Amino acid sequence: MSETIDIDPIESKLWITLTINGSKGSYFVEQRLTLADFLRKEVGLVGTHLGCEHGSCGACTIIMDDKAVRSCLLLAVQADGASIETVEGLARDGALTPLQEAFRAHHALQCGYCTSGFLLSLVARLREGPIETEAEARESLSGNICRCTGYTGMVSALLSLSNSNGEDGEKP
Amino acid sequence: MTRTSDIGVMDKTRNIGIAMTRREDERLLTGGGRFLDDLPFGDFYEAAILRSNYPHARILAVNTDAAKRLNGVIAVFTANELGPILKDLPPKVVHPKLNYQVRLAIAKEYVRYIGEPIAVVVAENRYIAEDALELIEVDYEPLGSVGSTAEALKVGAPLVHVGSETNVAVHIIQQAGDPEAALKTAPHVLSETFEVTRGGGHSIEGRAVAARFDEVTRQLIVWDNTQAPHYVRQMLATIYEVGEDEIRLIAPADIGGGFGPKAQFYGEEVLIPWIAMEIKHAVKWIEDRWENFVSATMERSQTHRVEVGFDEDGHLLVLKDVFEHDQGAYCVGLQVPTITMSTLPGPYVIPNIHSELIACYTNIVPTSSLRGAGRPQAVVAMERMMDRIAEHLGIEASEVRRRNLIQPDQFPYAVGLTFRDGSPLTYDSGNYPELLDGVLSRIDLKAFRGEQAAARKTGKFLGLGLAMFVEGTGIGPYEGARVRLTNRGRVLVSLAASPQGQGYETVYAQVAADALGCDIGLVEVRHGDTSFIPYGQGTFASRITATVGPAVWEASGELRADIISVAASLLKTDVGGLDLRGDAVEVVGDPEKRVTLADIASIANVGRHGMSVPRDLPVAIERTSYFKPTQAVYSSGISAVIVSVDVETGKIEIIRSILGHDCGNVLNPLLVEGQILGGHAHGIGNAIYEEAKYSRDGQPQAVSYLDYALPTAMEVPTPELFHVISPSPLNPLGVKGSGEGGTIPLPASVANAVEDALRPFGARICELPLTPQRVLAAVYGLPKLES
Amino acid sequence: MKPSRFTYHAPTDLDEVLDLLAKYGDEAKVLAGGQSLIPMLNFRLLAPAHLIDINRVSELRNYLLDDSGLNVGALVRHRELETSPEVELAYPILHEGLTNIAHVQIRNRGTVCGSLAHADSAAELPSIMVALDASMNVRSQSSQRSVRAEEFFRFHLTSDLDSSELLVSVDIPALGTGTVGVFDEITRRKGDFALVGAAVLGTWDSGGKIQDCRIVCSGVAPTPLRLREAEQFVSGTDLSDDVLVGVQQLVMESLEPTEDIHTSAEYRKKVTGVIVRRGLARLTDQRRAIHV
Repeated sequence: MSETIDIDPIESKLWITLTINGSKGSYFVEQRLTLADFLRKEVGLVGTHLGCEHGSCGACTIIMDDKAVRSCLLLAVQADGASIETVEGLARDGALTPLQEAFRAHHALQCGYCTSGFLLSLVARLREGPIETEAEARESLSGNICRCTGYTGMVSALLSLSNSNGEDGEKP
Repeated sequence: MTRTSDIGVMDKTRNIGIAMTRREDERLLTGGGRFLDDLPFGDFYEAAILRSNYPHARILAVNTDAAKRLNGVIAVFTANELGPILKDLPPKVVHPKLNYQVRLAIAKEYVRYIGEPIAVVVAENRYIAEDALELIEVDYEPLGSVGSTAEALKVGAPLVHVGSETNVAVHIIQQAGDPEAALKTAPHVLSETFEVTRGGGHSIEGRAVAARFDEVTRQLIVWDNTQAPHYVRQMLATIYEVGEDEIRLIAPADIGGGFGPKAQFYGEEVLIPWIAMEIKHAVKWIEDRWENFVSATMERSQTHRVEVGFDEDGHLLVLKDVFEHDQGAYCVGLQVPTITMSTLPGPYVIPNIHSELIACYTNIVPTSSLRGAGRPQAVVAMERMMDRIAEHLGIEASEVRRRNLIQPDQFPYAVGLTFRDGSPLTYDSGNYPELLDGVLSRIDLKAFRGEQAAARKTGKFLGLGLAMFVEGTGIGPYEGARVRLTNRGRVLVSLAASPQGQGYETVYAQVAADALGCDIGLVEVRHGDTSFIPYGQGTFASRITATVGPAVWEASGELRADIISVAASLLKTDVGGLDLRGDAVEVVGDPEKRVTLADIASIANVGRHGMSVPRDLPVAIERTSYFKPTQAVYSSGISAVIVSVDVETGKIEIIRSILGHDCGNVLNPLLVEGQILGGHAHGIGNAIYEEAKYSRDGQPQAVSYLDYALPTAMEVPTPELFHVISPSPLNPLGVKGSGEGGTIPLPASVANAVEDALRPFGARICELPLTPQRVLAAVYGLPKLES
Repeated sequence: MKPSRFTYHAPTDLDEVLDLLAKYGDEAKVLAGGQSLIPMLNFRLLAPAHLIDINRVSELRNYLLDDSGLNVGALVRHRELETSPEVELAYPILHEGLTNIAHVQIRNRGTVCGSLAHADSAAELPSIMVALDASMNVRSQSSQRSVRAEEFFRFHLTSDLDSSELLVSVDIPALGTGTVGVFDEITRRKGDFALVGAAVLGTWDSGGKIQDCRIVCSGVAPTPLRLREAEQFVSGTDLSDDVLVGVQQLVMESLEPTEDIHTSAEYRKKVTGVIVRRGLARLTDQRRAIHV
């Protein structure tokens, strides 16, 4: 057999430095590696899931520089210098956040595969202000797809948060 | 109303029936879920699969040389290198008349649908594996192809299987009474044709398989996010020609949705473990969304030609339904169309029934069970005709239904057909009038008709639609549970079936704790690993509650008896005076006299090495029960929806959705309602949004979520749920399945509601889903959208 | 669904971007928001040898709203513009269009100029830009030009940009007194691309007549489609019910829309008439709002 088709793997890698759930680190990453694959494979934060890899289902939603974004539609190299938040960073002290607690109390998750994407979308949304009506709750859920729950539990969970002293789902 | 106390289970329980939150949730909410691709496999290679670009072609040559030379590629396999496993993947449900066609794990000479595997690349990672796919050259000789049953049945249509005489896979007729005679004499006969199109399961996690041959134990370990681990293991054992114990099949603790497609058996499940053995290195394959669109089984495409005969009062005299079912390129099983056949009569007394199936091969990915599994289509056929009868006679559709319902005193009710499980279609219990009353007590019909009439005058079109169904659940052959007192005095419940979000770890702890009488905190449930329990069937057909539930109940009850026997021996008393409470067995009336589960385990399980024990002392405290249902148990339900239709744009707004559901006793209301709510969303998707479109020759046209519309929180309203409880007499818990009931009636009820809204236009809704295009076509008679 | 290999470039100033475009041209793709580009890379529908990430070019990051209008730089995200109260006040039609684009997670990354350069005929912004008579500021290493929106969109997914050019910003002229506009669309689900969409803009004169009406449709042709006949039909009228019924009829009779898997030409014909009528009716509502 003739020679191996080779593309220099070193040349295709770049150094990036970023903050993930409060910890700063440097990584040597493939240029074409998506941010989602980077978080999952290189950093080991497998709570961020891939559902469609074309930005539609929202399972891979994370927070980058305070904005909820699709990590399947970003390259890891684009996150150089960024601050990233993933589902693993929510319950810092081992206790669930009020949003996570509300999800559990209202059976807002079943298989749980899409859940981290929903949580991150909602954490970003709740930082902008409380969700007070069903319409607001549905709008804030609409960028993510869940096939198990029919969204009812999530809507109830969000409304329960606004009914309990305006907690915003984030630990102070 | 039948009361739960008739069965007696619920009276003495403390956990069953409680809406407990789930044990699974904490890990899933914190990113600690254990989905297959989340497992720390380490240096597993990754596979990617080259799939057919043609709906039908002969493969003249496959050249993998360039792919093999790519740096980072480990190996490339085609059918040529996989001879030993080129064996038939047998269908689940067959029929003696099936025009049987072999399905292989990987295409050899022909490809028969876009997405069929042709080659497997194993590489250091998925990126490189996909690079290599682009370097494989396939020389195809394109052949004629068919993208629908209508195309497949045309005279002179291209044959999906070259050499076969026909595209018909099977033609089956079931009859009760004398339908032909009844059609001739019925005072009124109405007929219509209804089409339901393809839709997918769309679990957000795709399929996934990983495998490693363990050289140390000489065992093949396969991780597979299947709904049916033991079924897959047996398929592999048969194809690889090994004993079942040589394969350990592990369904990971967390599986990202199932809905049916993950209960089927696929070529990839044969290929990946075999390749891992061939290259002597662990391999995993993670299905991506494009692959899921073109290679995971889907469902729903059927065309029904229905005739109903009835009298002046709307009493059903005869039902005749002849339907085409799209089987796809191969027969993965006949369960879906055979379920359709027997779901047709629903909750009604119909003396004469003709149910006729024509299943066809097409050049599309095979169909198989998907949440609802043939029932939504049957309910469309039946329930749409109930509304037509009402329209014809000028009476309320609810009234036509009422006049035909099987009454609560008629159970067990023999319909006269055969169900998918091979047993006679005999409904075990139910209260269909109460379901109907439940809806009518929530909707003031008279007021609604007034509102509807007033709205029409302002150009607003409201409609009410109902649909009722009866659903066979809890089918055989059996399902198992192994319950063990662990050496530390805890209880471990091991299930064969794997969950995909249903909450087994929570609900079966409830069942076990109540059967044992112990503290639920002592009970742990694990599942989905063939090393936990030797036999099992899997999660499908809403069968687990009614099969695993009784198995856990029975095994736990037997375990309790063993534990009490040990305690009686230790406390030197009679078993009759003992009770298991909390973490110990105590003497009734003298709770100071007690022996803990840990002590019991220490004596009966750990024992003293080499020492004899008394003859009557039970040892090795574990019990395994396989519950074997004698037949299906029949859940039932009703959907009522009120819609507003914009007759200028074809957009439908669901204003109210009411769901009544009867699955017998409810083990955990939170989880059962979760199942129904999720099913409801899926049903709305099928009714209005989801459509896997294909061209006439079988090219998939919706292979992304931009083109395939899954409902979001904006499209799914919160339904008003109510329960009717008719416990099943056929199992000790009085339970029936609830996984699909939310989905089944929605396509029919929404279509009925839209047709009701559009009655001033005389619009006929005969095709689903109800896209804006189809609604306007019905209003104005616009031409159909051609493929 | 993993992208093919490419060489990633992360220039930090515009000249560097234009040099790279001049050098790699056809083999390169510009990465701004990436919300359309990366899906195509993941599906391997595109496999550029070079990816030029402009996200670090600070001079492209801003928008400027003043008396003459709004200038939107190539890196301004949908969400940024959508949440600007000043932009909402100055261009309600633009705000309305932005809120209809996909979902907030996409709008957080997606850029206005990226959407325009992507030139999806079923998207919201191209039609709105034509209605607003926006100009595209296009640069290459050797040239600089301004292209009116109406000339910018060439075909579905094809703009007037050549492979060495970058859309550096878009200029939207200020709206005069009495100018009102709306954007409406019919989609399968909230956030989807339009089955049909219409941007409708006009100026109420002191006599209660609508002038200089612009009606531009999404999803019905390979580019945003101006309905000039309909514009003429309604301009100078008071948008009375008769006019609205007439223009709906006119659109339905004259339009020859495209057909695709999402819906038929007949559907688009009929419903475009409806949303044009509804859009124009809302201009009347807005007039009342202005005067109240």
